[in-house]
Amino acid sequence: MRQTDLAIIGAGPAGLAAALEASRAGARVILLERDDWLGGQLVKQTHQFFGSKNEFAGMRGVDIATHFSEQIEKDENIQVFTGATALGFYEDGVLTAACAGRMIKIKPRTLLVASGAMEKMIPFENNDLPGVYGAGAVQTLMNVYGVAPGKKVLMVGAGNIGLIVSYQLIQAGIEVEAIIEGASHVGGYWVHASKIRRMGVPILTNHTILKARGQEKVEGALITRIDENWQPVPGEEREVSVDTVCLAVGLSPLAELLWQAGCEMEFSPQLGGYVPIRDSNLETTEEGIYIAGDVAGIEEATSAILEGQLAGISAARKMDYRIEEEKVEEIKANLETLRAGPVGEHIRQGLANVER
Amino acid sequence: MRIKDHPILSFPEGKTVEFSFEGKTFIGKEGEPIAAALHDAGIRVLRHSPRHNRPRGFFCAIGNCSSCLMVVNGEPNVKVCVTPLRQGMKVEYQKGKGDINAAD
Ligand SMILES: Cc1cc2nc3c(=O)[nH]c(=O)nc-3n(C[C@H](O)[C@H](O)[C@H](O)COP(=O)(O)OP(=O)(O)OC[C@H]3O[C@@H](n4cnc5c(N)ncnc54)[C@H](O)[C@@H]3O)c2cc1C
Ligand code: FES
Repeated sequence: MRQTDLAIIGAGPAGLAAALEASRAGARVILLERDDWLGGQLVKQTHQFFGSKNEFAGMRGVDIATHFSEQIEKDENIQVFTGATALGFYEDGVLTAACAGRMIKIKPRTLLVASGAMEKMIPFENNDLPGVYGAGAVQTLMNVYGVAPGKKVLMVGAGNIGLIVSYQLIQAGIEVEAIIEGASHVGGYWVHASKIRRMGVPILTNHTILKARGQEKVEGALITRIDENWQPVPGEEREVSVDTVCLAVGLSPLAELLWQAGCEMEFSPQLGGYVPIRDSNLETTEEGIYIAGDVAGIEEATSAILEGQLAGISAARKMDYRIEEEKVEEIKANLETLRAGPVGEHIRQGLANVER
Repeated sequence: MRIKDHPILSFPEGKTVEFSFEGKTFIGKEGEPIAAALHDAGIRVLRHSPRHNRPRGFFCAIGNCSSCLMVVNGEPNVKVCVTPLRQGMKVEYQKGKGDINAAD
């Protein structure tokens, strides 16, 4: 059994930032990551980051991941396990993980779950055919391993992820037939949308997918215009010839471990699904269990980093390590700035219902 | 299909390894997920669903959804989207929910 001050599940931006912050206060940290590398979603992101009010705005996600990993590797308080999947957290305070075919047991004084999110699915006929892929999967395949997901892609969803992944597909030499979006407007930033339109890819708003065609794999898709109640408009159906349907219809928090640990959960449409009830320091209803990043509510990388810092420093304070209170206030103020304005409105609404 | 020219990314050459899929020999890069190597070889169907026998490929590629379970070196229920490829691996379709007793 390994003992530590803080065990962190997930080494995305939230987990990495938390590890550094807790270590700075003097806490010993064990960081568990299922992948063989650190960085989470950041590793797949080759575009320059959107968001302007932070030091990472102009950097590519993959470079931010490297920046953090280098600091973590040098840090003697932090012990990293990659290829290590956390399996469960039990009443006696023991965390188990599968690592290289073996089970490891850890008894941490505090726990941070920063496991991120998973892709959402939408209902349509044949949505289980090979060739219907999540946007994250497409990104992983092409940006991490250099394998093309297909030759011609239909993108479903015109939020930032749909737009960015479309752009990355084109960069990789893959054709994007169209981007369809159920809502009447593009959800992502206009800069991204106009860049893609200029490249000749139509963005069809008020459109959805009805069917994927094919027996053993995707060979086409049937799309249609929909009205404001999301009902198909008769006579507005259209076949598209594609071999890949990429779903970028949102993410939902990967919260199984929190359910299992007994944390009180609440459904929040604004935050992407079931999320844990938490206090202003990101501690859940189970004492000593903290959350940060997408698992606490779907947002973006900057907020994941800030939440990670907040959770890391709060866990350290809980264990009576000396921390600077000004730092806590500073992080909270930064989060508030980030969520200010119309773009952050749904996040503010969501948080109002789950913060106690 | 491998992406060759990319304006931003470069993909490490990596060591080429041989593996078998359903008895045929293929090549891939050492350490990449088995699913990536299969996809490169044009193989999209990774399993058939146990009840309705529907073809399935990968979906999440991060080990969350269990859409990609295959038999690797005799062991069933391996998520090939997150299992690194090694020289000489034997990859097969899985029947139904997988039989542990079948492992050699
Ligand atoms: C296509 C795409 C484009 C994006 N573009 C931007 C952008 O331009 N700007 C921006 O700010 N944000 C962007 N985001 C969002 C941003 O990447 C995420 O909000 C951010 O990565 C969330 O950080 P996280 O640490 O919470 O989760 P993640 O980055 O998802 O990391 C979670 C980690 O936990 C690990 N994990 C999960 N379960 C376990 C377990 N049981 N055991 C061990 N490890 C586990 C996972 O493997 C993963 O590495 C984008 C997201 C996507 C999908
Ligand atoms: S594709 Fe989802 S687990 Fe492998």
